[in-house]
Amino acid sequence: MSMFSRKNKKIFALTMMMMPGFIWLLLIRYLPMFGIVMSFQDYTINYRNPSLLSNILNSPFNGLNNFRFVFQSDRALVMIRNTLGYNALWIVLTMVVAVAFAVMLSEITRPLLARIYQTLMFFPYFISWVVVAYFVYAFLAPTYGLLSDMSNWYFNPDGWPVILTLATLWKTVGYSCILYLAAITGIDRGLYEAASIDGATKWQQVWAITIPSIRPMIIILFIMAVGRIFNADFGLFYTVTRDSGPLYDVTTVIDTYVYHAMLGSATELGMSTAAGFLQNLVGFFCIMTANTIVSKIDNESSLF
Amino acid sequence: MNPEKEYARMGKRSITNSVSLPAEVIIHIITAAFVICCILPFIFIIIISFTEESSLSSIGYSFFPQAWSAEAYDSLFKVGRPLWLSFFNSIVITVIGTGLSVLVCIMYSYGMFRRDYPYRKFFTFIAFFTMMFGGGLAPTVMVCRALGLNNNYAALIIPALVSPFNFIVMRTFFKTSISESLIESAALDGSGEFNTLFKIVVPIAKPGIATIALLNALAYWNDWYLALLYVDVRDMYPLQYFLMQMQNNIEFLKRNAAIMGGGVAMEALAEMPSESLRMALCVFIVVPIAFAYPFFQRYIVAGLTIGAVKE
Repeated sequence: MSMFSRKNKKIFALTMMMMPGFIWLLLIRYLPMFGIVMSFQDYTINYRNPSLLSNILNSPFNGLNNFRFVFQSDRALVMIRNTLGYNALWIVLTMVVAVAFAVMLSEITRPLLARIYQTLMFFPYFISWVVVAYFVYAFLAPTYGLLSDMSNWYFNPDGWPVILTLATLWKTVGYSCILYLAAITGIDRGLYEAASIDGATKWQQVWAITIPSIRPMIIILFIMAVGRIFNADFGLFYTVTRDSGPLYDVTTVIDTYVYHAMLGSATELGMSTAAGFLQNLVGFFCIMTANTIVSKIDNESSLF
Repeated sequence: MNPEKEYARMGKRSITNSVSLPAEVIIHIITAAFVICCILPFIFIIIISFTEESSLSSIGYSFFPQAWSAEAYDSLFKVGRPLWLSFFNSIVITVIGTGLSVLVCIMYSYGMFRRDYPYRKFFTFIAFFTMMFGGGLAPTVMVCRALGLNNNYAALIIPALVSPFNFIVMRTFFKTSISESLIESAALDGSGEFNTLFKIVVPIAKPGIATIALLNALAYWNDWYLALLYVDVRDMYPLQYFLMQMQNNIEFLKRNAAIMGGGVAMEALAEMPSESLRMALCVFIVVPIAFAYPFFQRYIVAGLTIGAVKE
């Protein structure tokens, strides 16, 4: 008898512990999922009772019109191209640069220096995009900026693919580098000693031992990044570009489009919801696919 | 997982099998160049903030200003109430937000960690699913506003309260540091679940909790996104958003000054903080992070490596 009640008491107590997080997830994550219905509606405000629920219940459905509007606008192709293009480029670049630095850091024979390098490299990760925007502005500002003679940066889109790429590498390489470095430090040192006795040069050791040993980590980070290829970093594209209109051709991504459309008219709100829904849906399948692939390669490392 | 130990071990490896001296010199040059690039913008901002206004108007932003001055910091403190209010807001949001999110995270991930808890899989799935799918920006914002998250501290805290990623990190910390027999014996001694968690488990998992707390504190201190979505009253601005809006206001006035032919807008522009002042505000925001960074860095490294590897 006491066993039974004690077990129930335990389950009850643990369930109570889950409640704050669970309620948050229900209200802030699951409740908005019902709002997806707006992407199939002509959202109209019901002036008699303008609450969100009554607006949604009283708005007429318009089939797939919102989706059609999104794809008919000239922004659609641009934002998909930008989101996929930048992400694809940055996934590869970040990986190559971060792995290179991780390997180099691991070969430095002065531990103190290696630690200083790693610490300073990681620092940009902790700076918000708002502050990064000021960093970039110090270089590109009209008349005052260090590089202001070269171009009217915030009106001329030409340089921005490079600027955005540099800003991303600046902020993220240190982070990835630390993950790879952790994988490298986990490699059995005996492998290197054995290789060197067999006459392998350091360069050969890197390619024959280091890279193959951290391959699971490389693949996992790579695939997880590919799973999020439809999600752009809103902070980068919104704050660093100062949301400058003349640059939109190379700086509009799905996330900034969804944000701007949300602030617009009721029609645009529908388009914002539709675009956001599509992004989430496609993203969901990307992550599921990525995870299936990861679990095939290394079951331990899959997300679920 | 302890970087210091790892480095010590790396330092001790045999000298015969390490990179040749020229190769190491090249490595140092490349890495140092990148590291300098990483901190250069920060140094640049500091220099600008100490540049005299006259030097700015003659040669613009420069690493080598004609004249130095701490005037920007003087006028920064003269901005007065709006700045201090934002500073106060950021501190309140960071302290309360970190405290609450750590509490929620500890309890939720503890349930996910307990193998003898029958609903463990259900709650784990509920949290994980939100990492893969969501309602999208517009519905989330509209629901949050409808729930009353609008121009108040709650709006700046609650939407960022929960992170399933942190749940994974915390659960891994529990897995690596807490043995099941410890919990069983506590239960046999008559310790209730809450007592076991907060009196026995939490003290052992302190390093993990420190990681989570730091990640959350940084996220709240750096936050401007929630302010962008949910706040339009100036008195509620956190520091980061204050900095962001400062720029927007100036851009707006500049654009309109041209259209309106100067006059009012130009006058307002003259009263706006100077270029160096904005950079001083940047420094003011980054300095607390920069000073705390060497101390918290290793906790975050430990947390991130665990979260990513998910042992």
